[in-house]
Amino acid sequence: MYGFEALTFNIHAGYLEAIVRGHRAGLLTAADYNNLCQCETLDDIKMHLSATEYGPYLQNEPSPLHTTTIVEKCTLKLVDDYKHMLCQATEPLSTFLEYITYGHMIDNVVLIVTGTLHERDVQELLEKCHPLGMFDSIATLAVAQNMRELYRLVLVDTPLAPYFSECITSEDLDDMNIEIMRNTLYKAYLEDFYRFCQKLGGATAEIMSDLLSFEADRRAVNISINSIGTELTRDDRKKLYSNFGLFYPYGHEELAVCEDIDQVRGVMEKYPPYQSIFSKLSYGESQMLDKAFYEEEVKRLCLAFEQQFHYGVFFAYMRLREQEIRNLMWISECVAQNQKSRVHDSVVFIF
Amino acid sequence: MDNLPPMDLMRSEKMSFVQLIIPVESAHRAVSYLGELGLLQFRDLNADKSPFQRMFVNQVKRCAEMSRKLRFFKDQISKAGLLSSVRPVTQPDVELEELEIQLAEHENELIEMNANSEKLRQSYNELLEFKIVLQKAGSFLVSSGTHAVSERELDENVYSNDDYVDTASLLEQEMRPGISGQSGLRFISGIISKSKVLRFERMLFRAMRGNMLFNQAPADEEIMDPISSEMVEKTVFVVFFSGEQAKSKILKICEAFGASFYPVPEDITKQRQITREVSSRLDELEVTLDAGIRHRNKALASIGVHLVKWISMVRREKAVYDTLSMLNFDVTKKCLVGEGWCPIFAKAQLQAALQRATFDSNSQVGIIYHVMDAAESPPTYFRTNKFTNAFQEIVDAYGVARYQESNPSVYTVITFPFLFAVMFGDWGHGICLLLGALVLIARESKLGTQKLGSFMEMLYGGRYVLLLMSLFSIYCGLIYNEFFSVPYHIFGLSAYKCRDTTCSEAKTTGLVKYQDPYAFGVDPSWRGSRSELPFLNSLKMKMSILLGVAQMNMGIILSYFNARFFGSSLDIRYQFVPQIIFLNSLFGYLSLLIIIKWCTGSQADLYHVMIYMFLSPTEDLGENQLFWGQRPLQIILLLLAMIAVPWMLFPKPFILKRLHTERFQGRTYGILATSETDLEVEPDSARHYDEDFNFSEVFVHQMIHSIEFVLGAVSNTASYLRLWALRYDNLVIRLVGLAMFAFATAFILLMMETLSAFLHALRLHWVEFQNKFYHGDGF
Repeated sequence: MYGFEALTFNIHAGYLEAIVRGHRAGLLTAADYNNLCQCETLDDIKMHLSATEYGPYLQNEPSPLHTTTIVEKCTLKLVDDYKHMLCQATEPLSTFLEYITYGHMIDNVVLIVTGTLHERDVQELLEKCHPLGMFDSIATLAVAQNMRELYRLVLVDTPLAPYFSECITSEDLDDMNIEIMRNTLYKAYLEDFYRFCQKLGGATAEIMSDLLSFEADRRAVNISINSIGTELTRDDRKKLYSNFGLFYPYGHEELAVCEDIDQVRGVMEKYPPYQSIFSKLSYGESQMLDKAFYEEEVKRLCLAFEQQFHYGVFFAYMRLREQEIRNLMWISECVAQNQKSRVHDSVVFIF
Repeated sequence: MDNLPPMDLMRSEKMSFVQLIIPVESAHRAVSYLGELGLLQFRDLNADKSPFQRMFVNQVKRCAEMSRKLRFFKDQISKAGLLSSVRPVTQPDVELEELEIQLAEHENELIEMNANSEKLRQSYNELLEFKIVLQKAGSFLVSSGTHAVSERELDENVYSNDDYVDTASLLEQEMRPGISGQSGLRFISGIISKSKVLRFERMLFRAMRGNMLFNQAPADEEIMDPISSEMVEKTVFVVFFSGEQAKSKILKICEAFGASFYPVPEDITKQRQITREVSSRLDELEVTLDAGIRHRNKALASIGVHLVKWISMVRREKAVYDTLSMLNFDVTKKCLVGEGWCPIFAKAQLQAALQRATFDSNSQVGIIYHVMDAAESPPTYFRTNKFTNAFQEIVDAYGVARYQESNPSVYTVITFPFLFAVMFGDWGHGICLLLGALVLIARESKLGTQKLGSFMEMLYGGRYVLLLMSLFSIYCGLIYNEFFSVPYHIFGLSAYKCRDTTCSEAKTTGLVKYQDPYAFGVDPSWRGSRSELPFLNSLKMKMSILLGVAQMNMGIILSYFNARFFGSSLDIRYQFVPQIIFLNSLFGYLSLLIIIKWCTGSQADLYHVMIYMFLSPTEDLGENQLFWGQRPLQIILLLLAMIAVPWMLFPKPFILKRLHTERFQGRTYGILATSETDLEVEPDSARHYDEDFNFSEVFVHQMIHSIEFVLGAVSNTASYLRLWALRYDNLVIRLVGLAMFAFATAFILLMMETLSAFLHALRLHWVEFQNKFYHGDGF
């Protein structure tokens, strides 16, 4: 029904689109960030945030604040927003919203499994999990010894089950395996999400394919950079790349053979949309690459709000809020550790 | 004339811009006294600073912290189910610092008590769970006596040196995985919340690959969750399994699901013994727990007595510090400088308050109060009382009046209820409304103190509006002669009677008039007659137009008073005069025709007259002629209206332009002279003369204004027909409604009609009346 969304979109999703646009208006602006960056203590941050949408969530916190409390409460706000929207959503929007959380689920699974591998306390690990990626039996992950058990015991009940088909091995879990598992899962998840959005069609497909392609390409680049110097073979590396995105398929061939970061850079610069990302970085530098990617992502996410009658805004809002919480965490950390000179290193202004 | 009280509502209060220089030591007191007076509006002098860069940020933070504590107390009190008493407490005022210490003490005490009781509660829960497990699991074990041998063996080697009575650390014992031993069948018993039991069982089944037996039974008692203090339903389970690895797996799963496991001895006598011990310990704990709760409740109650007062005090303090944050420190850091607006009449009161503050805080230096002049427009302030307040709010909802602009709420007090009644008019419904309003007013003092729902709040706020609306409805209802849509002979006999004694033709041919017209309002005989609707419609339509034209004229006349007040002869000559000519030459004339037609009883068709006045003004009117000289008058009026339009449009912008160029030429010589004096002016009241004059902008603005007025004259007049249309609509609904059921008429229709009439009256005031003169851009 491309081009006819305006006719029927509002019947089911109009209310929620209005809600999400209202939430977007509550995102912190550059002026807010400027004020936050001038804060001297965490209490100042709390005071400033009390005038924003985070106010009700922070107002009952007793005074010696910690960064974790701030981040936790801010995340709680995001989770509340999300749950509210999910409650109101009908198909296919509710499935779409659920897809957004699968990424967190994968991260949580990996977190718990790695944690148990290093013999951490499960409760402690659970507290570190992102609340959006929680599922019922997540604590039982600690029982599993290898991938097969992991799948058979726990994950078969979760929405992640279909993504597991590629990585069921009887090998014992170790750090390398887990990292490969994460990337395989993520690949399967992104491809599935991509297919789902294509099925929805219309403006949703158009906008989401752009956003997801960017995500896939970013992951491909990160995998390439992180696997430089490891024992991962080229074919294995290539297997972890998602089968869509701008790099697919020729860029993947080139990325798979990269041996240092400048080669990766060389590959990326062949693609005009990504040229700007490297333009600000000097050669051989990979520290700031994350920030550059985040900035590019935020720009794209903001653009999703320019069009109406599509689901991309929900995805964009969730991502932008997450970015905002990352910003708040960084600012609070800098303030708490008296490193205010580094405040601007990792903050990505949204508006 | 001089005896009349001043009309405060007519124009907003004259304001003066004042500067206060307050010594630091008396600043707090001064601001709080001023706050109690509520007659000075401070300007934020630190608007460019973020909240935490301001002077009194620490105090504000402290207040926020204190109000957090108070919220905590309130929450605790409501959780404990105590009612906070509202009786006034005669306790001397406490200082803020003292209060802060007190609050901190109370909070620590409470937190400690909570922690203690939580600990107690936890051990109590564990014992209770243990008891339940003992009861339930015991029955499983007895019934499944087949594998009793192996179990007894292992139970005994765990509990052979069982000394529950002596060990205080019962729990420590329990946490030890209950069963250890050699091979064979073992079991773990425990308790889990009911909602998780299904998933738990499934997980166990999967992990054990089916090699286990799961038994469950719901617990009889609900157990309180210590964190959320909600009652949770739990289920007792017993898992039978074999093997060491399986055990560690099960234990891990139990941990993951938050299930707690308790050892159950197989031997019945031992079971009984433990049960008894657990029960006695439970009783002990219960007593302690109860004592703890009583103690806590007492502490909470003592807090609850002061809570309301403390909350209001902290709020006041916070407001004072927020206000203080809006002031500037002067260079010497000895005093604060504040600027604000106050009405001129309040000067004496303000100075008295400031003196009191100086005196009370034993300050050496008085507070300096002096009036400055400001460039920007002052805020609007109306002195209202409880009667006029609601009407002022109706106007403010549209827009706050510009400073000293004439205030429409003076007229709204009467016109609003009147227009409402024209639409609503029914003295039966009016009486219902009146009763409601009277109840609200009679219980005014009682309702005013308590908290009402949002709907009741609205009704209560508008109680005097409601009263006037109902009185006017009764009046209009009497004119329309409708009591729940039924006419009555109140003011004597009808003017009409039947043609003959049988009255057979009453509904067909009609009646004959035999005496003077009915004394007041509509003759009841119209009811049910063939020509009822045409007669009433024509009457009400014409009446609506008369009312509308009158109100619009009123609006334009008010614009004259505005222009005169602000001394703008330009507006009078080029806006007011053409506007009033335009409106009256068309619709004023129509009103005149209506009145003449009513007085003479002429049969002329007024539509025809009005339409052909434009189409062919020179043509002979024929039978539609109402009075001598009508045709020349119409031609003159038409010409006047045509002249009025360019009169409205062109002169004003051109004159403005000329004035501007003249002033600008004058300025070129004056600039040097004034620049020195400007330096002496205080920087805070730096003035900006916005001298930009953009001719095209002014012209376009004037054009829009004129077109709006010309088109508006037609559309607004038509808009007043809603007075008739709504009336008609109500009539139809009521007729149907009465036939259906009385209840619906009484409540739903009454509410609906009241609302719709209210909204339409609101619109007529906001749009049709106020757009003639009201700027409404004040603050």
